[in-house]
Amino acid sequence: MGVGVRTQDLHKVFNSPPPMAAGGIVMRADAKGAKAPKPQIEAVDGISLEIRAGEIFGLLGPNGAGKSTTIGVLTTRVRPTSGQAWIGEHDVWQEQAAVKRLIGVVPQRPNLDFSLTAREILIFHGAYFGLGSKQRNERADALLDKFKLTERANQMTRGFSGGMMQRLSIARAMMHDPQVLFLDEPSAGLDPQTRILLWEIIREYHQSGKTVLLTTHNMEEADTLCERLAIVDHGHVIALGSPKELKATIPGGFLLRLRFGNQTADLLERLKSLSGVREVKAADGTGADIYADRGGSLIPEIASMAASSGAELSDVHISEPSLENLFLHHTGRSLRD
Amino acid sequence: MNWKAFGAMLARDAHVARRNAIQLFFQTFLQPLLFVFIFGRVMVGSGYMPPQYKSLLLPGIAAISMTFTGIWAVAMPLIAEFQWTREIEDRLLAPISMNWIAIEKVIAGLLQALVSGLVVLPLGWLILRPGIEIGIGDPLIFTVIILLVGAFSACGGLALGCSMNQQHIGLMFSMVITPMIFFGCTYYPWSALEKFPILRWAVLVNPLVYASEGMRASLAPKFSHLPVAAVIGALAFFDLLLLWIGLRQFEKKAVS
Repeated sequence: MGVGVRTQDLHKVFNSPPPMAAGGIVMRADAKGAKAPKPQIEAVDGISLEIRAGEIFGLLGPNGAGKSTTIGVLTTRVRPTSGQAWIGEHDVWQEQAAVKRLIGVVPQRPNLDFSLTAREILIFHGAYFGLGSKQRNERADALLDKFKLTERANQMTRGFSGGMMQRLSIARAMMHDPQVLFLDEPSAGLDPQTRILLWEIIREYHQSGKTVLLTTHNMEEADTLCERLAIVDHGHVIALGSPKELKATIPGGFLLRLRFGNQTADLLERLKSLSGVREVKAADGTGADIYADRGGSLIPEIASMAASSGAELSDVHISEPSLENLFLHHTGRSLRD
Repeated sequence: MNWKAFGAMLARDAHVARRNAIQLFFQTFLQPLLFVFIFGRVMVGSGYMPPQYKSLLLPGIAAISMTFTGIWAVAMPLIAEFQWTREIEDRLLAPISMNWIAIEKVIAGLLQALVSGLVVLPLGWLILRPGIEIGIGDPLIFTVIILLVGAFSACGGLALGCSMNQQHIGLMFSMVITPMIFFGCTYYPWSALEKFPILRWAVLVNPLVYASEGMRASLAPKFSHLPVAAVIGALAFFDLLLLWIGLRQFEKKAVS
């Protein structure tokens, strides 16, 4: 029986910069009179999610969108300002010990116990969760093998590379066989080979009926791994669904990013009249983003239309339906901005 | 209460302490024993101090040693583990309530402080003999006092360790630990402050005063000392106060 995850109207306002979340969060200074304003950072602004038992669910968004803070609330590490969160039937804030028994957490930044060797980290983690000595040893050896760490098992982890620390963090989170696995930016800093290994391991874990919740700003990861996704920006969920459903909501599907040497307002209006064009948005002063049903075949028409309005087409970028385009469509910004 | 997780965390701390045993040994015992040697042996032997100073000094040194060990054993790892590496996170995510994780740290610190006191006393005695007259008068009172002193040091370590950042460690020593030791009636009895009326009462806010006076009362009662009941009451009060502050600060550090 799998365990689901649910949040209801979750809010988190930080009065000081959050210790773990990345920068780029919107600062809201409520200045009153002559008093120095206390900066308030609204990291999560009303997130309600329902993640089904046995699902791989992704939170996709740029740095500072509120993904890590949401994970923090769900894993007892961040106290919500308001709203509620549940792991299975357990209220995260009220029943912390029960919740912690059900979850495994891979943090954004490895937080390994530097006083222990790799193997001891797994063994003691198992002991915290009440595993017997035989079980602990067997499981630690199996995980070290799976994550290709057996050779370094008896070394202190301080000298490990970033990738090795990340692999060990994931092994540790799996040590007590949790029902729900949280991975915060799991593939950040991993080489492509290890990333593929990680994806395989996540899929395999999911096949045993476990729920996986991961955050990412990697489109490919979200697209290939997640069954459903919530796209998050500025603490809000701006879109929710399977990658396929989400991509289908992009008008037309194709995105043509155009740059002109100089541009006239009536050009944008005229571009809308081309057949197959669904939506035209002005971008960066002299550019335009066109959502359309077709891609390359539009270019000659656009070029001649630009020339006839006295604008010179200087750059064209065509992309097929993708989550990146979806994010851009909703926010006007690229995920990498 | 999850005793398995609690026990596993104690086992982890014991394992780490064993791994650093040699370093810990010198860190804990070198300074107090040098103190005992210079003040108790050299100064007394050369006639600058009266012979009975030996018996007065050793209980005070044991109190410093315990206090210092407990604070160090709890505060230093906490300061490091709450830094940006967040090493403590794996224990914060163990299925046990947050207060018990902090209490585990206190118990580990208390045990180290007890070991330090119980080793410094016989080693100091070996250095100072002959001519040192200390002994455990009432084992029950002695046990209660060393337990309370150990708990004071460990709870103090929790409160300090969760209130400071790494860059303030130097400040913690110069602003907190050093004045505490010098105004802690460690190298002299409280009665020696009779001629300093303001200081005499001001030092009573320092919990180390009760630790030193308590050790002296139970090991060398022939010197005048604060009443045992007052010592036990004050130590119990400081233990609870520091534990309360420590648990609050721990939660502030642990949850954002």
